[in-house]
Amino acid sequence: MSELATRLPRGKRLRRNHLGVHAILILGSVVMVGPFFWEVMTSLKTLGETLTVPPTVLPASPQWSNYGDVFDTLPFGQMFWNSTIQTVGRVVGQLVLCSMAGYAFARFEFRGRGLLFGLFLSVLMVPSQLFLLPQYEIVSGLGWLNSLQALIVPGLFSAFGTFLLRQFFVSLPRELEEAAKLDGANHWQIFTRIMLPLAKPGLIALAVLDVLWSWNDLMWPLVVNNDPSKMPLSVGLASLIGQFSVDTTTLMAGSVLATLPVLILFVVLQKQFIQGIAFSGSKG
Amino acid sequence: MRRNDLFWAAVFILPTLLGLVVFYLWPVVRTLLISFTETGPFGGSEFVGLANYRELLGDARLWGTMVNTLKFTVVALLGIPVALVISALLSTDGLRGVRIYRVLYFLPVVTMPAAVGLIWRTLYNGDVGVINALLGLVGIEGTNWLSNPATALYAIAGVGIWLGLGTQIVIFLAAIQGVPKDLYEAAALDGAGRIRQFWSITLPQISPSVFFISVLAVIGALQTFDLIFVMTGPTNPAYPQTETIVAQFYQRGFVENQQGYAAAIALVILVVIVAVTALQFRLQKKWVHHV
Repeated sequence: MSELATRLPRGKRLRRNHLGVHAILILGSVVMVGPFFWEVMTSLKTLGETLTVPPTVLPASPQWSNYGDVFDTLPFGQMFWNSTIQTVGRVVGQLVLCSMAGYAFARFEFRGRGLLFGLFLSVLMVPSQLFLLPQYEIVSGLGWLNSLQALIVPGLFSAFGTFLLRQFFVSLPRELEEAAKLDGANHWQIFTRIMLPLAKPGLIALAVLDVLWSWNDLMWPLVVNNDPSKMPLSVGLASLIGQFSVDTTTLMAGSVLATLPVLILFVVLQKQFIQGIAFSGSKG
Repeated sequence: MRRNDLFWAAVFILPTLLGLVVFYLWPVVRTLLISFTETGPFGGSEFVGLANYRELLGDARLWGTMVNTLKFTVVALLGIPVALVISALLSTDGLRGVRIYRVLYFLPVVTMPAAVGLIWRTLYNGDVGVINALLGLVGIEGTNWLSNPATALYAIAGVGIWLGLGTQIVIFLAAIQGVPKDLYEAAALDGAGRIRQFWSITLPQISPSVFFISVLAVIGALQTFDLIFVMTGPTNPAYPQTETIVAQFYQRGFVENQQGYAAAIALVILVVIVAVTALQFRLQKKWVHHV
């Protein structure tokens, strides 16, 4: 009772002080979210409404047909599929390959391990422009220009993912593996049945970052695939710029559709997204 | 046992190792080799020694892109104080709605940069854009932000800050949570207010994170491409004032078919990034507080 009595006034005082804090944070939120609000509103306006000065905020009657126009302007469905394949391919590939390599670096003792790991880390330090021209040569040499494998294959291998998962495996206790070893399990069994399930938070963090990077990737797909039917959405959207026949309303509807999948994923997996970014940030 | 381990290590590591060698390590060497060649008009390339590098030194346009890139980088760093202030506010004891704010500030991070560029093009439009309409309300006459050579670079760099704020806030929030609470209690007893506490406790305590974020922000800004590609373009009158070095790399290597010259530019980018990052590591000794 006495505790409540001393707490109450303090709590009230704090609450009131928070008004100013909220005011600033809400103003900031408007700047952060406002552009998206305007994007959605514009995507529902008529072309005439987008040209009024001063602009109106809400569309007089929502023009859902703008979203249909996106599909007439671009092979949008095909591009959506391409983005999906590119993202799923890279994510699944990296989860398999990076978890294996990361586990080996964390647990196996072999000569030259430090040196090899250093080699992996050195890839992390190099800006991507130093890979692009030769990657293009290789992909072109394989006859893969304008193909889905061009979008996926170089992205299957990741020094970052290996590093991230190695850090994760290193932090796991060794006891379970020792017990499994005594029971006669081989390394593959220990890895798939014991370690992978334990590493789930690390795998999710890597998957989330890969989804973000793959879905939004622009330069690599721009370089290798110039056939619209093989482009992912990022390149497809960028290709509309400067085409005078394409209306702002269509562009905004296309932007909404292109960003929606990752946005939905983010809303569902908020915690994992934020942890993934924080993890890559704090360890990078 | 040992040999057994080596076998398993090979099974686990080789796929990734081979992929990294083919697609990442060899390409670095190959880029260096390409930078000593020139592509002929009919395909084939010939060895030209250091000619690309010599040309590069006298290339006014390339130096222009370098200046633009450095301006982008300096402006990008201005986002860090903003992220710090927001993070400090979000760390207020007993504040409600922190999770909602965090999600809202994080939204741009998960949005495709190509779409972000399109959205901001609409907002920045000189004739019918909402930004000029809002400025008009307070009596300021706007401009055509993205095609005015005086404003385009800053307009785009502002979007870059907006885009990266969420990541920085998430990392600063985590760092602030890690600051021992008794430091604040002691300071409060000494009569230090919130602002004073921020300057003398929070900031020094999280300075390693601030340093880390500044390194990441600089490396990212030095490689600005997506926003430039979507928000300006070779036909934009402000393009010479906004073209970045990576945009120039893309232009030479993949549009104008000058792979040798582009490779030389790529190596310049590497040198610039290494030099600037090394400089940051030197300077950090002066201001980063190592706990």
